[in-house]
Amino acid sequence: MNQFLYVVFPYICLTAFVLGHLWRYRYDKFGWTTRSSQLYENRILRIGSPLFHFGIIGVFFGHVIGLGIPKSWTEAVGVSEGLYHFLAFSVGALAGLATVVGMVILIYRRRTVGPVFSATTRMDKVMYLFLAVVIFLGLFNTVAANILEDYDYRDGVSVWFRGIFRFDLHPELMGEAPLGFQLHGLFAMALFALWPFTRLVHVFSAPLGYLTRPYIVYRSRDTTRLGSHQPRRGWDRVG
Amino acid sequence: MRVMAQMAMVMNLDKCIGCHTCSVTCKQAWTNRSGTEYIWFNNVETKPGLGYPRTYEDQEKWKGGWTLNKRGRLTLKGGGRFKKLLTIFSNPKLPSINEYYEPWTYDYSTLTNAPAQEHTPVARPKSLISGKDMKIEWSANWDDDLGGSTLNGHQDPLLQKIADKVKFEFEQTFMFYLPRICEHCLNPSCAASCPSGAIYKREEDGIVLVDQDKCRGWRMCVSGCPYKKIYFNHRTGKAEKCTFCFPRIEVGQPTICSETCVGRLRYIGLMLYDADKVLEAASTTDEQGLYEAQRDVFLDPSDPEVVRAAEKAGIARDWIDAAQRSPIHALISTYKVALPLHPEYRTMPMVWYIPPLSPVVDVVKETGEDAEDKGNLFAAIDALRIPVEYLAELFTAGDVTPVDGVLKKLAAMRCYMRDINMGREPDASIPAAVGMSEEDMYDMYRLLAIAKYDERYVIPSAHAEQAHSLEELATECSLDYEGGPGMGGSGPFGEGSGAPTPIAVENFQMLQDRQTSDSLAGPDDKADRVNLLNWDGRGSPPGLFPSKGSDS
Repeated sequence: MNQFLYVVFPYICLTAFVLGHLWRYRYDKFGWTTRSSQLYENRILRIGSPLFHFGIIGVFFGHVIGLGIPKSWTEAVGVSEGLYHFLAFSVGALAGLATVVGMVILIYRRRTVGPVFSATTRMDKVMYLFLAVVIFLGLFNTVAANILEDYDYRDGVSVWFRGIFRFDLHPELMGEAPLGFQLHGLFAMALFALWPFTRLVHVFSAPLGYLTRPYIVYRSRDTTRLGSHQPRRGWDRVG
Repeated sequence: MRVMAQMAMVMNLDKCIGCHTCSVTCKQAWTNRSGTEYIWFNNVETKPGLGYPRTYEDQEKWKGGWTLNKRGRLTLKGGGRFKKLLTIFSNPKLPSINEYYEPWTYDYSTLTNAPAQEHTPVARPKSLISGKDMKIEWSANWDDDLGGSTLNGHQDPLLQKIADKVKFEFEQTFMFYLPRICEHCLNPSCAASCPSGAIYKREEDGIVLVDQDKCRGWRMCVSGCPYKKIYFNHRTGKAEKCTFCFPRIEVGQPTICSETCVGRLRYIGLMLYDADKVLEAASTTDEQGLYEAQRDVFLDPSDPEVVRAAEKAGIARDWIDAAQRSPIHALISTYKVALPLHPEYRTMPMVWYIPPLSPVVDVVKETGEDAEDKGNLFAAIDALRIPVEYLAELFTAGDVTPVDGVLKKLAAMRCYMRDINMGREPDASIPAAVGMSEEDMYDMYRLLAIAKYDERYVIPSAHAEQAHSLEELATECSLDYEGGPGMGGSGPFGEGSGAPTPIAVENFQMLQDRQTSDSLAGPDDKADRVNLLNWDGRGSPPGLFPSKGSDS
């Protein structure tokens, strides 16, 4: 059972994640957008959206540190167990709380503001469900693991997670983890599988290039494709 | 010097009757889809008025366009790159749908489905956003013809600027129409605001477009454009804007709005400009100097040095020729009667306007004086500060001198041409009073009053002719259609066989004939021809054969 849940299932989901994005980018660039609903409603969005997005960016970096960096590395640079957990818990809980509050506001808005609700697709609703479950479980784990019980995910979940990418598989570590962590991991994997088929793709178009590109973009007409189809062989343009 | 070509437009506001034909045909061509209901690439505003979206001209509120920072450098008024990225999750300066209007349709089916009842059934307005019943409170031209201006007129941002001198009083007011499309600026702040880099300016003709595949719907362009001519399609989640009808321009035809303009008030042509000087001109310290500064960016296409540089920059010979014949160049640089819309936004707009003399003429006419007399008109231009100052707020950042100059030129043209039309001796002192020669004045009159289709629209086609004909290539030579350069004739199996005439070519020539002919429809000798459908086959009615000429 562990073998399926924590080896086969993650690989299926991550494959769907990667291939799905490649497919979507190739065939649906036009649909690749944030699908903003700010035009319909601005007042609630102004509070909810930054709260959620900045929160989730914090949460993302928290995961990079917690899951990506081995315990031995942080100890090597002199971060003690206590300090690490204090930071992880305080910053993590803050970011998690911002995310949850933001998300609740946004879902409330999506449900109650008529135009926004009617612009919500079925895929959006499924995605919201998974996203909400993952986020709530995550926040619950942060609190539970630090206060109620003493589970060090850096010896368990993190090792399993890194193992997936190094083909060094440890499904048993997940099997031993508290139920909250197990569910969080499974739902997150499912969310990854859904990801490329939802509006979440806009995460990958975070416009960081804006900081370095010139203000005005010039483009020349594409001379290789002047008509609506490619010129046939033997009809190459002269000059 | 880095020569670039820009497709530009000038509109003669004196001729605009506010019929909205341009808006309607544009909408039919480009924005009649779901999600674009409220999008008007072309709209016509009554001035004074709030504009569309409401009060878009108030840049202290909307923060569109560019401004100079403390060090005198050009920056986006809405904030730099970092600020843009930090506010990306909720754009603080995005007009809501209410600033435009909530689009609606009517519940027409009740008219036919309603059961028999005492009262006539009513088609209720239904919102196209929420689908619910709604109360119609605003639209794209709600304050058309000063409608409701006693209620809203004082909100016009331009009137507020000159408000210390005038109270908006309906009885004393003046009005004119302002058709607006995207300005296709030389220094577009929408493109600069786009985080994804999806908005680009075409190198060949300067048309500003949105790459629909690259746009990610961050909405910063809507805030960045001071003219609010970028719209957010709420169904696709992408930005859309006026395209200057590039598919038509590429084959040498004018935009839809120009093509269908009833007043024939639009002119399209090329401007050559020095791309290296744009930034410097846009950074001019004095706002009122921006009009002059932008005119200095334009190059004289007849100057041999400019022609050489243009050829070096890869601009084709026929494009340089077109730039020399460009009505835009004549109106902006030669006669200097066209002015840019809100140069103080520092985007270097490329749709310019000839300010209307009519508010002045109307006032003179109402007093019972001769409204075509130079003395009366000149005095009125000097005396009627309110319309003139209003026009100055619109076209020269508040500087009345250029507006005065243009209005006097137009007034002088009126008086000078009246003498000619009445068969009197033309008075050379009239053009001289506004610093023009008699010949210049007459040429300007020709261009403004009677210019034909191909004088108003001087549009060189893009160099893609070959690909265009390849599109419909069958088995024969693509030039082998009637009247084409191939002229291969009808082959061994008669006319009906072989490839059909490419429909694009046929349509194009038919359209062009119709557009350039003086009569409304058909050729000059239409009356002399015979309609074969009505011919019973007996005898030969007159006109069946062309006349044999005088020798028979």
